[in-house]
Amino acid sequence: MSTAASRLAGDRLLQLSGILVLGLALVTLGALIADVFSDGWARLSWQFLTSPPSRFPAVAGIYPQLLGSLYVMLVTAALTLPMGIAAALYLEEYGGGGRMARIIEVNIANLAGVPSVIYGLLGLGLFVRWMNLGPSVLAGAATLALLVLPVVILSTREALRTVPMSAREGSYALGATKWQTIWHQVLPSSLPGIFTGLILAMSRAIGETAPLVTIGALTYIPFAPTGLDSRFTVLPIQIYNWVSRPQAPFLENAAAGIIVLLFLLLTMNSVAVVLRDRFQKVRS
Amino acid sequence: MTRATRRRLEFVIERLLFVCAAASVLVTVGIIGVLAFETVGFFREVPVTDFLFGTVWTPLFSDRQFGVLPLVAGTLLVSSIAMLFALPTGVLAAIYLSEYAPSSVRRVVKPILEILAGIPTVVYGYFALLYVTPLLQQVFPSMSAFNALSPGLVMGIMILPLVSSLSEDALHAVPNGLREGAYALGATRMQAALRVVVPAAFSGISASFILAASRAIGETMIVAIAAGQQPKMTLNPLESVETMTAYIVQVSLGDSPSGSLQFRTIFAVGMLLFVMTFALNLISNWLRRRFREVY
Repeated sequence: MSTAASRLAGDRLLQLSGILVLGLALVTLGALIADVFSDGWARLSWQFLTSPPSRFPAVAGIYPQLLGSLYVMLVTAALTLPMGIAAALYLEEYGGGGRMARIIEVNIANLAGVPSVIYGLLGLGLFVRWMNLGPSVLAGAATLALLVLPVVILSTREALRTVPMSAREGSYALGATKWQTIWHQVLPSSLPGIFTGLILAMSRAIGETAPLVTIGALTYIPFAPTGLDSRFTVLPIQIYNWVSRPQAPFLENAAAGIIVLLFLLLTMNSVAVVLRDRFQKVRS
Repeated sequence: MTRATRRRLEFVIERLLFVCAAASVLVTVGIIGVLAFETVGFFREVPVTDFLFGTVWTPLFSDRQFGVLPLVAGTLLVSSIAMLFALPTGVLAAIYLSEYAPSSVRRVVKPILEILAGIPTVVYGYFALLYVTPLLQQVFPSMSAFNALSPGLVMGIMILPLVSSLSEDALHAVPNGLREGAYALGATRMQAALRVVVPAAFSGISASFILAASRAIGETMIVAIAAGQQPKMTLNPLESVETMTAYIVQVSLGDSPSGSLQFRTIFAVGMLLFVMTFALNLISNWLRRRFREVY
């Protein structure tokens, strides 16, 4: 039998190691951010944001990539949102534990775990070659839309679940049909939650590199995309391109690109957090 | 609108929503279809046994050999390093957050973990190649610029939030009555945590481990940037290796004509990767459902 003192020491030790682990995670995050900023801060300028990439690192920029990322994100959101909301509505409001609904649920959970590079192979086989879209904005956005679809469905379902049953029952009591209830009561009050989920899904998509490299988006593109069928490249791919070069000035460009990418992510996540807070306040 | 048309409209809308939900199953079918189509084409030219059991992978050389084991070995080496780091630290963090931490600490720590989980993998790749590797080279001077250790550790940091948040959920699901019972018998918080709560949450914690393994095996950019492009069978974490995912990226960067054998190798490797992660995900989901049903 251990003494009280040694038992308490063990208790402290377990607590301390938990704190140490979290401290290590915090320090790593700090080191990562400090490293990126010390490497890339000096390269950040208006010129960097508005110039195309170049063989000469000092005049290179990220303009076509930045526009490419924004453009692809818009199309991705437009493709994935209606699908995601419709699927979530079916599973939450109609499916009701049926056999088919269960199959769909298990399938969505599995899709969420498929590596992103596999989605790239799907996009390459299906959109780029079979549908003959080429490595275009549409092919890239469709690939990313499928990649984030499980995220959108899951977060939409959670938003739908927060609408109280009494709102639905009140609507039925006034003679509304099921769809009228969904359209006039359920969807409007879950909208902030749905948008929070969409933004989080987009913040995942904007950092994705591997699936877009796989469909063939790593090329020299000096112009911003002009339409759904134009070739494109995105910011993370340009970062990857610069990281794989040995010359130090290109690595600085990569770090500057990372700062821009992290800034975009921070902005998107802040909007999501503000939306979520407002949503929770309205509910309580 | 008459009642009859309204009823018909309701029916059409329900069917439409069902089609959208069912389309998600088509995504899985599409993945398997595309991978299987090209993989079958690949196996017409390369025997399955050569692919699965061969130990030399040189599809881009003139003397072509298609043994996938070096890529599998590289993948398992890097993922094992990541798991060795992330599993113990993730569980310790989960135990601390669930059993010890005051709610003020949780409010600060959980968003930080979410940030770690949300950093794009290409950024982690940069960090592994240009910060962690030079740091480790001071400890191991023989370490090459591309190696398995540095991306493995960085990948461990990346999946730590996944392990800790899923394990914490599992610990949280353990009813308080069990803890109070342990305290009533004179247990310290450590004894209650390690001998009662963790065993009770075991299936949830193992589900998080398996999901983390699947994430590590499928992770691409960190290894494509920092692990190198040398497929070989080695257990030495200081050497350069190539993973299955890094190979797919390497070939995608080049310009392999559609339908060529080289082009098909990435689908065959992708198929193997898909089967591995899919099996792990199924096990993980099954374990998670089990622990939900217990209480």
